[in-house]
Amino acid sequence: MNTIETPEEFDLTALQAGDRAEFAQLIETYSGQVYRLALKMLQNPQDAEDILQETFIKAYKALPEFEGRSSLSTWLYRIATNEALMFLRKKQPVQVSVDEPLENDEGDERPRQIVDWCCLPENELMSTEARAYLDLSIQELPESLRAVFLLRDIEGLSTRETAEVLNISEAAAKTRLSRARFQLRELLSAYYAERLPSTAYANAGK
Amino acid sequence: MSKHEHKDCHHLLSSLSDYVDGALEEQLCQEIERHVSGCEDCRIVIDTLEKTIYLYHTSAASEPPGVPEDVKERLFKRLDLEDFLPKAS
Repeated sequence: MNTIETPEEFDLTALQAGDRAEFAQLIETYSGQVYRLALKMLQNPQDAEDILQETFIKAYKALPEFEGRSSLSTWLYRIATNEALMFLRKKQPVQVSVDEPLENDEGDERPRQIVDWCCLPENELMSTEARAYLDLSIQELPESLRAVFLLRDIEGLSTRETAEVLNISEAAAKTRLSRARFQLRELLSAYYAERLPSTAYANAGK
Repeated sequence: MSKHEHKDCHHLLSSLSDYVDGALEEQLCQEIERHVSGCEDCRIVIDTLEKTIYLYHTSAASEPPGVPEDVKERLFKRLDLEDFLPKAS
């Protein structure tokens, strides 16, 4: 997992006073993470670029009001995630809001696929095709689960940071992460089961 | 597979995500481990859940965050920060 190791050595006073060099440094440090999050959230480079630009434009404007209650990186993730969710909502107006309670169609943890595919060789599990399938599977998650999964398991944020970014409780972040992981397990099980040698599949099959 | 109460499986499911993160209290861990030793289905679910997370972690680690040069250039331009673009580009 990629944990955020970048020390936050920014001069907040300079940033808030509109210091361009300091802001350019902020972009250098965090644009990669913001871009990756947007790309995995939306699966479209052009849309991800739009989110990247909007995030830093909004951050520049909002910096004077930044109170330092969260870290700068958490704050930037928050802007970026909100932008991405708003973008998705505009595109599909019927989608649920991230703030909605959990009692909706986010799914549950009940396993359906019981096939042991862990024995597949690493080069098969991580083939180019399999990696594309991993990314594609993320898109199958409802947005609220997708955001939590990306922040926790791809960007490496802690439960507390993830909850802060999404403005939800830590318990809700954990529940959503669990559901996201179980849903991905289902999708990956269906995919990798087909790649098992036929005898192994028959033995493991249910 | 030995006969056992499958309702235990459902009871444990919501703890498994914490379990694979090593974030579950000792007592519940033991309960899960005791259960799994007699429940092949749950063992498979835990193993494949762990593998699922491992694959995503591995794939994220192998593609570190970065912004393509042209995307970065347009970002700096959009923010009127071209003069701070690294000279290499």
